This record gives sequence, C-alpha cells and structure tokens, in this order.
Amino acid sequence: MIPAPVRYARASNVEQALELLAEPDAKAIAGGQSLISVMKLRISRPSLVVDISRLELGGVEIRDGELHLGPLTTWDDLIGAAELRRPALAAIAECASGIGDLQVRNRGTLGGSLAHADPASDMPAVLLALGAALQLRSPQGERIVPLGDFLLGPFTTALVAQELITDVVVPLPAPGSGSAYVSVEHPASGFALAGAAALAGADGGGRVAVTGIGARPFLLGDDPDAALAQAEIFGDRFASADYRRELAAVVVRRARESAAERARDDS
Amino acid sequence: MQVVESLEIVVNGEQRSLEVEPRTLLVHALRDGLGLTGAHIGCDTSQCGACTVLLDGRAVKSCTVLALQAEGTEVTTIEGLASDGVIHPIQRAFVEHHGLQCGFCTPGMILTAADLLSRDPDPADETIRHALRGNLCRCTGYQSVVESIRAAGAELRGSATR
Repeated sequence: MIPAPVRYARASNVEQALELLAEPDAKAIAGGQSLISVMKLRISRPSLVVDISRLELGGVEIRDGELHLGPLTTWDDLIGAAELRRPALAAIAECASGIGDLQVRNRGTLGGSLAHADPASDMPAVLLALGAALQLRSPQGERIVPLGDFLLGPFTTALVAQELITDVVVPLPAPGSGSAYVSVEHPASGFALAGAAALAGADGGGRVAVTGIGARPFLLGDDPDAALAQAEIFGDRFASADYRRELAAVVVRRARESAAERARDDS
Repeated sequence: MQVVESLEIVVNGEQRSLEVEPRTLLVHALRDGLGLTGAHIGCDTSQCGACTVLLDGRAVKSCTVLALQAEGTEVTTIEGLASDGVIHPIQRAFVEHHGLQCGFCTPGMILTAADLLSRDPDPADETIRHALRGNLCRCTGYQSVVESIRAAGAELRGSATR
C-alpha cells in the first residue's frame, strides 16, 4: 500500500531537525525500516517526515572508558565495527546480525529502532544488560536517560515532542567480562518470541535482560530465575504466556552460559 | 492538495530527474516514473524482497525507502547489471544453475547476491542462506538459488584473478 499523503523535509543539522519537528504531527525518519512499514499500513499518518538520515550522528567510538554508538549507526555498521570485537561487547554484533534481513540491516538504524520501541525488538535487551543510557536533545537542551527509563511500554518511550536521540552511551565493562545475546524467533516475522542478553563479569557477577515477552524489554535483577518466574509475561496466538516464560528461561540460561564462556576467554 | 517535488537521482549510471510525491516509494518511482519494471512488488509488508535494488552498492528494499530519501545516491536496478548487452555473471549463474522458475523474485535475489558477493567473494552456504533471509521464493525452493550464488562467486573470483 502507498502511504497517506505527507510532506518531506531533509534536515541538515540537529537544530534544524528539532525546529522542523515542532509541527505536531511531524515524525523523524532515518532508515525508515520501521516507520515506512507502518506508514504503508497507514497505522502512522504523519503530516511531515523530517529526514534526519544525513545528520552526523552515526559511528562507533570508544573514548574515556565509554562506548558511544551514534543513533544513525546501521545494524550493518555495528556488525562490521572493529571496536565491538571484544568479548565484553560481543553481544552487540551478535544481536545485530540476527535483526531483520540483509536489506533491513543495511538501512535500519539503532536510534530508529530504540525510538520505535517495538516490545520484541532485540537490541534493547543487549543495551539494558550493558547498562546503556541515551543522550536526548530538544530545544530545551540535553538530558541523559538510562535505557530502562526510556522504554515505557509497547511503542512508547520517554521521548517528548521535538526531541531526538543524539547518542547511545555504554560504560565499558571491566576487563575479563563477556556478553551474549540468544533468541528464539517467530519463524515468519523474525521477531523474538523470547530473547535474552547477558553480561558476565570477571567476578562472576553480571546482568541479564529479556525481550519479546513483556510490554517492553526489561532487566531481570540479581536473581534472574526468580524474576522471570514472577514477571508479567505477554501471550498471543503465536505463543502463550506460559510458553514464552519457558522459552525465556532457556534463552536466559544460554545467554548466561555463552557470556560466561566469552568472559573466560578474555581473562 | 498533493505536493509534488522534483527528484534527481543516478540510476544505473545515468542522471535522471522526475517528479514525485513525498510519499512515493522508491519502487514506484523506478517502475512508474522511470519505467524500470525489473524491481517487482510482491508484497505489501516489506517482507518479500522482490523490489530489492542497490543503493550505493548495498541491497535495500525499494518499497521501504521514500524516493526522496534516495536523492544523491546511486541506484542500481536489475536493468543496470548487464554491460554492453552481456548479462552479469550472477545473472548467468542463475540461468545455468536453474536459480529461477517463474522469475518474479529473481531480480531481488540477484541484487542481494551482488551485495553479498561484493563483501564476501567466497561465502559459505550458510552465509548465502543468511543473506537471502529477506528474499522469498515461492516456486523453486532455495537450493538452486544458493547453488547459483555459489557458482557466481566462483566465476567472479576467477575473473578477478585472471
């Protein structure tokens, strides 16, 4: 189907993009791999699309003990990034390589996916396990929001009108850490029925986050098994809540094992 | 009232200009605006990959790109692969290895293969299958498509070292 009538403006800097986004029904578009699909279905009918894809907000960089992922970084960029080839950050490329398909990974961006906030999207689980925070910018200024506070529910985030994600910041895990992402996908849609990301520290500690099973991806806390047993889990005609809970326990175990193995390889 | 904007793009090496609505998808601009009907529309949901074209050498679904977003990029469609009337080695491999039956998905398959082989000239079968995840075929099955791409890789590697 063809999207509903819309106007188009290409922003050449962040300030201009924010200005254009002052229009109440304006939407920012980057790779468009989520937005165009819902525009075609006419679930989304923006009055104006503000093309932010040419802004200088891409790239992967490590500085001052932090990993910075530009929101316009594509999944394909993440897969190819040399900076991410270390056990502690291995979950990022591992996760990215299973997202969508080749064509989607060539265009789809990290920031677009986070802003779209599909409750079954993969990368939020990885970024939650790694303790990521987002830098947001609006005409009022900048703020830093931990990812767990950014993701509010299905397709709902803490972004206010006229606000863009300008950086994704991940604290570098301690030496000797490993991370992993494991999911079981719906065979047709490719979205996670249950996905789990784990960070394993050299000291035996770590963090685990899950996706695809609730209203939003979430961290499981210090006792992942107990947290999973109590979590509010979503069921649909493809997979009941009970089935998803079972599946989540499996992917959590596999992700933790894989992360711990990578941590050992690093020490 | 519908807005119309002018679009300048390079398609198959030629500078083209046309008028599009902002909502026009790249696939419609190529098919209806430029008559390049090799990019097929097989679904409504960005899943089938029959509309795959190369944008600056990378495979994308042209049904999931606004035509205006392609401004300033180089688009390659299936019509642009042959040179001097000789079909591309990937096209020839699909002919020789029965990589198609009805042919509807084939342009997308071939352009996805072109992206894959440009980055990985000797992909394992598993890598080929992973790359084809976004290209659906409803008649031959994928085995002969994989074989075609494997053969095309060998042919392209051979011609690169000759």
